[in-house]
Amino acid sequence: MSLLEIASLHKSFVSPGGERKRIVAIEKFALGAGEQVALRGESGSGKTTFLHLIAGILTPDQGSIQIGSADMTRLGEGARDRLRASTLGYIFQTFNLLQGYTCLENLLLAMSFGLGRDRARAVALLERVGLGNRLHHLPRQLSTGQQQRVAIARAMANRPRLVLADDQRNADEALALIRQTCRETGAALLLVSHDAGVLSRFEETRDFALLNTVGPEGGQ
Amino acid sequence: MTIFFIVRRSLRQHLLSTIVTALSIALAGGLLLSIWAVKDQSQAAFTQVNIGFDAVLGARGSKLQLVLNSIFHLEASPGNIEESDYLAIKHHPAVKRAIPIAVGDNLRGFRIVGTIPELFTGVEYALGRNFRLAAGRLFTDGANEAVLGSFAAARLGLGVGATFHPYHGLVYDPRNQHADIYTVTGILAPSNTPADKVVWIPIHGVQTMSGHDVRAATEVSAVLIQLRAPSAGFLLDLKYNRQGNRLTFAYPIGAIVADLFDKIGWFDRILALIAYLVALVSAAGILVAIYNSMDSRRRDIAILRALGAHRGIVFASVVVEAAAIGTLGMIAAFAVYWAITAAAAAIIRAQTGVLLDPLVYNPVMLWGPGAMILLSALSGVAPAWKAYRTDVATNLSPLS
Repeated sequence: MSLLEIASLHKSFVSPGGERKRIVAIEKFALGAGEQVALRGESGSGKTTFLHLIAGILTPDQGSIQIGSADMTRLGEGARDRLRASTLGYIFQTFNLLQGYTCLENLLLAMSFGLGRDRARAVALLERVGLGNRLHHLPRQLSTGQQQRVAIARAMANRPRLVLADDQRNADEALALIRQTCRETGAALLLVSHDAGVLSRFEETRDFALLNTVGPEGGQ
Repeated sequence: MTIFFIVRRSLRQHLLSTIVTALSIALAGGLLLSIWAVKDQSQAAFTQVNIGFDAVLGARGSKLQLVLNSIFHLEASPGNIEESDYLAIKHHPAVKRAIPIAVGDNLRGFRIVGTIPELFTGVEYALGRNFRLAAGRLFTDGANEAVLGSFAAARLGLGVGATFHPYHGLVYDPRNQHADIYTVTGILAPSNTPADKVVWIPIHGVQTMSGHDVRAATEVSAVLIQLRAPSAGFLLDLKYNRQGNRLTFAYPIGAIVADLFDKIGWFDRILALIAYLVALVSAAGILVAIYNSMDSRRRDIAILRALGAHRGIVFASVVVEAAAIGTLGMIAAFAVYWAITAAAAAIIRAQTGVLLDPLVYNPVMLWGPGAMILLSALSGVAPAWKAYRTDVATNLSPLS
């Protein structure tokens, strides 16, 4: 039984010129529980759009995104928000930490939309990623690598069943951390990247260009 | 609780803007509270001040001027009345007590009022309260002695045993010094009435002060009257005001002062209008401060949404943030209120002797902050709507 099952997923945008442009056209994709898969794709190939669709941040033109027993595409906005908070962890390409919040507060806020604020667990997560001594630091007071680790800890805050990771660079240490924390919690991991170094660390990689029939020139 | 968590962090993140906007609310709210409280308190205080008398008899003229002159020791005297008029009202069967006063001199700006010792021994200036000496003794009728109201004594720096020369007229002019020398024999305890700012001397002293018109040596400026029954006031009103044309009988004192407040009601309304406008401008300040920051907040809002925050939470957090700024402002507004009211009370005390208490409860202390916080919350609706409509995907990170 797959954790994530995608079928006939299509997404298009209207360009500034008024032309409708298809970005994602994926007929079938599946990811098992606890599985770790990396998708290889060039910049502008629609990888982030694909992840946003899975996370329910964007809605598709058609198709289904089954996450566990819920079809993300059939849920209303509020239910998508709840499903995203409770089931998914998202490590954004630029980390997207809230700059006015400390490391600890970034985690506590994420928890408040999911399982509820658990300070002890938030501290433990930050300690797990090696930032136990940076709990009350603001993101701007951290190096890029440290910010990335906060983003990893935040993605794990609500014990997600699926972690989405978008174009994570600066790979070795961070990548190992993402994979290891997912293994520890049993979460599946879907990572998209154009970086061969990152992709080489995964046992299973798939080519996004083969998956997304639109092709790189249609992506965004 | 999540909303309050978000609001606290946002207020901290935009600390300078929060402080400046809250201060503008504090000034507006403080002004609003002060105008209401000073208006209500002064109206209540002035209409209740009669220092224990029901009516005043004086020269023909305005009742209000007569009351202001003889009770509040403000304004010029409308003129003197004959001793025979004083004696006639004193012995009128409807009159319980009649105390004559004479004015026309001052001591460095503080009014000198001539009267008889009975004012201090037989009159309750408020229910159950008599004038009391804090130091010394009362003046002796006919002697060059004085008893000072507490406020006047403190401001003049005079104590028991001190001597002074009176000055002619109600306005201080060093060139108009009388030759007479008076000795302070007593200081009154504070009564929070206009009597506190008066230098009291025997009535004979004012009447016969060197340089005063000897033909007026038996005249009095006004007679303070206690009636045996309130209904007698209307009979005397008929006698002096409608049937006679030489004298004015001011009765009842409270209604005459209330009439003054009615006449200057337009001034209150203008002040209130100004306070409302200031409050509106301050609320608009919240709107502008938050609205202008929405561009820089878009990414944070998108991140919040991506983490699972519903649009409603985003909307509510902006409205609550605006209300929180209003609340912080209104907390500070009480300090502004206290400062303004204390300053107003000091001025009113110096001018009239009437004491206002800035700490006395007024209903505006409840509905004022409530209205201001509501207005603040409403001013947050427009930016909240903008936040509500923020597109998540567009405002997150670059797409790849």
